[in-house]
Amino acid sequence: MSTASPVQAAAELDSVSRVYPMGGTDVRALDDFTFSFGQGEFWAIMGSSGSGKSTLLNILGCIDRVTSGTFSLAGEDVSLLDDNALSDLRSRKLGFIFQSYNLIPQLNVLENILVPLFYQDNPPEDGEQRARALAERVGLSDRLDHRPQELSGGQQQRVAIARSLVNDPTLILADEATGNLDSSTAAEILDLFDELHAEGKSILLVTHEPEIGARAERVLRLKDGRIDEVYGNQRGAF
Amino acid sequence: MQSTLLRTVRLGVQSLLLHKLRSSLTTLGVLFGVSSVIAMLAIGEGASIEAQNQIRQLGSQNVILRAVKPPEQGVSNQRQRVLAYGLLDDDLARIEETFPGIERVVPLREISEDVRFGSRSMRPRIISTLPAYIEATGRVVDRGRFLDEFDEASHANVCVLGYEVARFLFPLSSPLGERIKLGADYFICVGTLLPRVLLQSDRPAPGKDITGEVFIPLNTGAKWFGKMQVKMRAGSMDMEAVELHEIIVAVKEAENVPLVASACREMLAREHSQRDYEVVVPLELLLRAEETKRIFNIVLGSIAGISLLVGGIGIMNVMLATVTERTREIGIRRALGAKQSHIITQFLVETVVLSAGGGVLGVALGIAIPSAVERFADMRTVVTPGAPLLAFGISAGIGVIFGLYPAWRAATMDPVEALRHE
Repeated sequence: MSTASPVQAAAELDSVSRVYPMGGTDVRALDDFTFSFGQGEFWAIMGSSGSGKSTLLNILGCIDRVTSGTFSLAGEDVSLLDDNALSDLRSRKLGFIFQSYNLIPQLNVLENILVPLFYQDNPPEDGEQRARALAERVGLSDRLDHRPQELSGGQQQRVAIARSLVNDPTLILADEATGNLDSSTAAEILDLFDELHAEGKSILLVTHEPEIGARAERVLRLKDGRIDEVYGNQRGAF
Repeated sequence: MQSTLLRTVRLGVQSLLLHKLRSSLTTLGVLFGVSSVIAMLAIGEGASIEAQNQIRQLGSQNVILRAVKPPEQGVSNQRQRVLAYGLLDDDLARIEETFPGIERVVPLREISEDVRFGSRSMRPRIISTLPAYIEATGRVVDRGRFLDEFDEASHANVCVLGYEVARFLFPLSSPLGERIKLGADYFICVGTLLPRVLLQSDRPAPGKDITGEVFIPLNTGAKWFGKMQVKMRAGSMDMEAVELHEIIVAVKEAENVPLVASACREMLAREHSQRDYEVVVPLELLLRAEETKRIFNIVLGSIAGISLLVGGIGIMNVMLATVTERTREIGIRRALGAKQSHIITQFLVETVVLSAGGGVLGVALGIAIPSAVERFADMRTVVTPGAPLLAFGISAGIGVIFGLYPAWRAATMDPVEALRHE
């Protein structure tokens, strides 16, 4: 249900504020924030700690709610949805990648990749094939039966990436996805992001490392809950 | 949806297997709760059936009048006295003549004399009674026959041995036709009886004398032994004159039993100046035993119920700890699209698996305990089919009830907070 632009925005925030009451004073983690992330774009969200980048990511990920303003995901206004509908949205339209991988320890690789589909109301028939294909793609097809604790950090993050792709999301949200990895492994992961971007996936990568931010197509820099700077990198797809 | 549930159960089991020791210890609480419910109910049921059998043996359509030695009255320091008490031949006649709706009336007298054969001697109850005794009590002849009308009419010196007496006096041979000495006189054995329905309580304790019975015709007993019982004690001689020790009144219709019982009570109260009798109504005892059983079951049931409750609280405790421990996992699942209902189901399934697992093992143990009790403690137990079902149902229910709160706590966590949890 796109209206204005011919290219529908992946995520659109309109004067969004997120206020945390903290010991009498209100902390404005996001302050009258208006922005639009386009479909198929690869953004790095940067800023010092406390700048509001985590809050932005949580709102984009539909696990936190706006205090005021509207937020829509792929044209759908989600600020008024209830918890059930938000959960459903997460399972269908979002892919999460975390700094500490956040795989579920009692599940093996294949089961971990399948978790988002497990929570869909009508899971696709070919979920398992899809998961196997994704494992193949991230180079872990021979590790399907392994538990997360039997894998290296880089391997775990690959599983997490496969998991974030299994529901064919509108938006991939990566929170310091390379923060726990050594530089060569981090580079591999970033190459994977480039590939995904080239395939037309919308990716938002939160980071505080400039060299990682430089890998993204565009950069959004936050400061005190507001937009500080927006710029494009030269090595983008355009 | 079915496969989703199946997967959730499998997931729950996987999570529980991650902490094998903790899960099995938690299960123990329910296990003991369930098994104690079943075992206690089985022991209670067994005791009550035992009591009911004992009462039935007296004959549920009978009213039994018994002579009771009245309490010593006044100062009686005579060295020699005759204490006359008990039921009278007149009582018997009055019942026979006046009470309607009576099948038969059987008088019993007990004689205390030694019974001897060869070198073996014992002191069983010697009962002189009428041939109708066997019908009134439902006893069964093993070998030979019971006393008959001809014995009675001819004052014959014949006797019928109870099972225990026959076994004691004739361990290897048949007593039929043998001459047995009762007191000073010889009686010919014409038959033996089967033991009464074997009750655990009838088994003599080890080292204790076997009590048995010997039956002789009423007239013969009166002829040889009279109505006087002489008991020698150090320094004194007690003599008791009892006409009849017991009268069994067999009523035709079961519903008339209370009526006949009250008529007997009334008649005896009128005719006897002292309370030297008692009226035993097995039917009334039966009703009372059922009431006792009900109370017994309630008491045992609530004790066992409390132990189940304790097991349930144990489960809740562990699940609360588990939820706290797995806060991160809950956050991940929520972020990946799990609804609150998914999280509730997940944790509820885990508690139900724990408690139902404990329930299954508890049922097995609960069935094993009564049979062990039966074997080693010599008590009768009955596991009614309802008891395991009840106990298992309660344990599964406890899983749901005590799992709800931890599951609710897990489901209502803020996903952002949960993800940040270390």
